[in-house]
Amino acid sequence: MKPRLAQKIAFAFLLLATLLVVLPVLVILLIIVAKGASAISWDFLFSMPRDGMTAGGIFPAILGTLYLVIGAIIFAVPLGVMAAVYLVEYSSDNWLSRLVKLSIVNLAGVPSVVYGLFGLGIFVTFFRFGASILSGSLTLGIMILPVIITSSREALESVPRHFRTVSLSLGASRWQTIRHSVLPHALPGILTGMILGLGRAAGETAPILFTVAAFYLPRLPQSVFDQTMALPYHLYVISTQVPGIAENVRYGTALVLLSLVLLLNLAAILIRSRFRRKKKW
Amino acid sequence: MVDPAAKFSIRAFHVHYGQFSALRDLNLEILANEIFTVIGPANSGKTTFLHSLNRLIDLVPVSRCRGEISLDGIDIRRGLEIEVLRRKVGIVFALPLPLPISIFENVVYGLRMQGIRDPRRLNEAVERSLRESYLWEEVKDRLRTPAMNLSGGQQQRLCMARILAGQPDVLLFDEPTSGLDPISTARIEETLLILKKKYTIVLVTNNVAQAARVGDRTAFFLMGDMIEVSDTGKMFTTPADQRTSDYITGKFG
Repeated sequence: MKPRLAQKIAFAFLLLATLLVVLPVLVILLIIVAKGASAISWDFLFSMPRDGMTAGGIFPAILGTLYLVIGAIIFAVPLGVMAAVYLVEYSSDNWLSRLVKLSIVNLAGVPSVVYGLFGLGIFVTFFRFGASILSGSLTLGIMILPVIITSSREALESVPRHFRTVSLSLGASRWQTIRHSVLPHALPGILTGMILGLGRAAGETAPILFTVAAFYLPRLPQSVFDQTMALPYHLYVISTQVPGIAENVRYGTALVLLSLVLLLNLAAILIRSRFRRKKKW
Repeated sequence: MVDPAAKFSIRAFHVHYGQFSALRDLNLEILANEIFTVIGPANSGKTTFLHSLNRLIDLVPVSRCRGEISLDGIDIRRGLEIEVLRRKVGIVFALPLPLPISIFENVVYGLRMQGIRDPRRLNEAVERSLRESYLWEEVKDRLRTPAMNLSGGQQQRLCMARILAGQPDVLLFDEPTSGLDPISTARIEETLLILKKKYTIVLVTNNVAQAARVGDRTAFFLMGDMIEVSDTGKMFTTPADQRTSDYITGKFG
């Protein structure tokens, strides 16, 4: 076969593979938008559900998911970044630190329902937080910790070695070096990890199933010790547990969940690009 | 017995990297206000020696040091805090390595780490040290622009200004002109000759001619041993050791 022809065939297959990956995503998006867009209205987004959830809006679920995601981020980002700084900058390379790193990577692969069960055992029962926003946020936080630690570690490791050497050679302490010459340059990468974690925390159903999510609540949560409705669980409920819900309401809910994740990601990406523009080496 | 004019005095000093012996039984004094040059082929222990003087060697996890180095009679491992030592003994690396911040912030980095905030003191230090490294006239109107926009030679002089801002005693140079063109190199060498009035300078170079041009005394290192040390003029006219002679006449290296 002529090399030119071989090249054309190879490119065709690569293009096909790419399309096969993108196509399902596009189809899913299209279906959700096509079937759900008619449900979206001011009333749908900002009012309470009525008539056994067949009418009214999904405001408590939107708010609940926002609370849970913000709670998970507040808990997981500082803890994860600190752990990553310790692993990259302080811990020496021995079997213990290697074991810790390996465990963190493996934790990312644990099924989310296991995290849910863990949250039920630790936060709901043992610490007596009950089924509450606090328990749910902590559970989601633990679930996204591996993602945040791993991406923060990669971000820290990609900061050139000589930044540290130069900073130390100028009489800065190790902590000052990390604070002024390493962390600022790792920030975009750390934010990427946060974005990934955020999307995951917003979309998961299993971890909140046992720890916070309510089938239906007539009023909004008043404190972190209250239960709340949440979008993924609400979607599950109206799709399978309650009969007679209009199709566009179900797809509308999915559309809202998707848009919310996208919106949160967009905000984080904007913040990240602001930091990126400042760095140059 | 310590020579009162000695800035550094090095006694029975060894460095190992794991099993590898990088520097063996070094005994040496570096005098105040001299330019002490170190020559030798690659892997002869020159950089290891330089990094021992401000304990940057500690950053290499497998390194082990034995023996004693004292600065003005004080043991640099037991008598001085490491941050203080590194402020007193500044280093300029082989490649210009400015931090990715503004020119101004590069110069005041060390001062800020000492907790100095007073803008007047910082401004004064920037002007003084940039004048000392002969960069002031070229950058005085763009101090807030990124240091990465400077040329290689300018960056290297910025790195000199950066250590001068901390008012050090000793300046270490690790092949500072290896990445520069001849004109930038000449400017750095001129600057060294002026700076030695105020500072003690240790210059590691793989350029034998450079050692001959600016050095007061010169040491020849080979495979972790110091073969000989003497006045630069004497070393380049009548070296005591055959290996020194071979190296400076270019028979190997």
